[in-house]
Amino acid sequence: MGRRTPLYDQHIAAGARLVDFGGWDMPVNYGSQIEEHHAVRRDAGMFDVSHMCTVDLRGAGARALLLRLLANDVGRLTAPGKALYSCMLRPDGGVIDDLIVYFLDERWFRLVVNAGTTEKDLAWIRERASVLGVAVVPRRDLAMIAVQGPQARAKTAALLPGACRTPAAALGHFFGLPCDEWFIARTGYTGEDGYEIMLPAESAADLWNALLTAGVKPCGLGARDTLRLEAGMNLYGSDMDEGVSPLESGLAWTVALEGTRDFIGKAALEAQRAAGPARKLVGLLLLERGVLRSHQRVVAGGAGSGELTSGTYSPTLERSIGLARVPAAAGDGVQVDIRGRLLPARIVKPPFVRNGKVMIEL
Amino acid sequence: MSNIPAELRYTKSHEWVRSLPDGSIEIGITDHAQSALGDLVFVEVPEPGRQLSAGDACGVVESVKAASDVYSPLSGEVLAGNETLATQPELINQDPYGQGWILRLKPTGDPGSADLQDAAEYAAGIAGG
Repeated sequence: MGRRTPLYDQHIAAGARLVDFGGWDMPVNYGSQIEEHHAVRRDAGMFDVSHMCTVDLRGAGARALLLRLLANDVGRLTAPGKALYSCMLRPDGGVIDDLIVYFLDERWFRLVVNAGTTEKDLAWIRERASVLGVAVVPRRDLAMIAVQGPQARAKTAALLPGACRTPAAALGHFFGLPCDEWFIARTGYTGEDGYEIMLPAESAADLWNALLTAGVKPCGLGARDTLRLEAGMNLYGSDMDEGVSPLESGLAWTVALEGTRDFIGKAALEAQRAAGPARKLVGLLLLERGVLRSHQRVVAGGAGSGELTSGTYSPTLERSIGLARVPAAAGDGVQVDIRGRLLPARIVKPPFVRNGKVMIEL
Repeated sequence: MSNIPAELRYTKSHEWVRSLPDGSIEIGITDHAQSALGDLVFVEVPEPGRQLSAGDACGVVESVKAASDVYSPLSGEVLAGNETLATQPELINQDPYGQGWILRLKPTGDPGSADLQDAAEYAAGIAGG
């Protein structure tokens, strides 16, 4: 038996099919993954993401710590509540984890890290935090529910604590708001508008049930994966890990190399950029029937070969899409080895879908 | 609880087998299998005329989650693959023992001699994990 989130009983009541995910018993779907996917693209769906760990960094040295730990520049965070997506790197440029950091005040930054990497992240951060007098506080007392879709904010609004409603309605994209014991963020992992809501574990079931009554569809990790892939968002452990750098993971836009700030991994990334990364992470669209899957081989003519890092059937496009790490010189026309047959695919620039709209040429 | 019709026979790899009046057999995947796979999005069926040995992979069913081979429970010649599944793979989810059939086979030997389970044995097998 794996670890259970505070919403375990709600999942059982909703008919969830459970799978092990990083040591947690998590819902993969509640019946039809495709219906859940469409609910998020067209209306509103909710995900229990309580397995992800919220970590508070408390102390006057928190910003200095993050300037050193993160490849993206927390110096950009000046407005309270503003969020930033970043990788945390090893000295050789390998990705320890990808995370979101919220700036709340000069003595309080909040991180959200992946479930499977939580313990190594905490060890890595703590090793560098104590000298700066920063307390590293994992918030296992919080549950997290992501409500996503074009109607997500409207359906959630009335269910927030009274004092949070007005500020939550005014919340800008990629901002978070601490409010009572809750934290409401306008972020997500689906390519749709919505909230990610952290709240005391003991309040989670009430919010879940109220959202259900408001017509928000429970969605599992299966739909979460097809939605994030359509949105062109990387999954840690699949699309990148400690063996690759952000420059080889389609994440150059999250790396702030300019200026004198010296973050862990910077020298390695500068060297890699100067030499030109050997590989790149690209989006793929399969041009024939079939389904792209991770680890399938990608043949890029004279440029050599690469590998799918994620692949799926896209319910929105009704085609198969994926992310692949290929030689930097690969042209747009490639082939994918699916059970011994080479099928044509085209390299495209993610996202595939954003805010319900198809973003690539089919 | 999954549906396991008493008149069919089953394999441990979750195919079902129906004997047809003309001596041929029809093969598909069970309700338990389609439920475990989730929404099917791609199905590959064998070409008529193909010769199969018992245990041969003779088709592929892919859901949003995963790809899975379909194994022929018997030796024989493929009479037909269900071409409708190319455009409507969801028929396997909706009607696994009916419109979701995958192939029809003319067995070379006595279909009664094949190593197949009856409904009670198959039900006990999936209950035991």
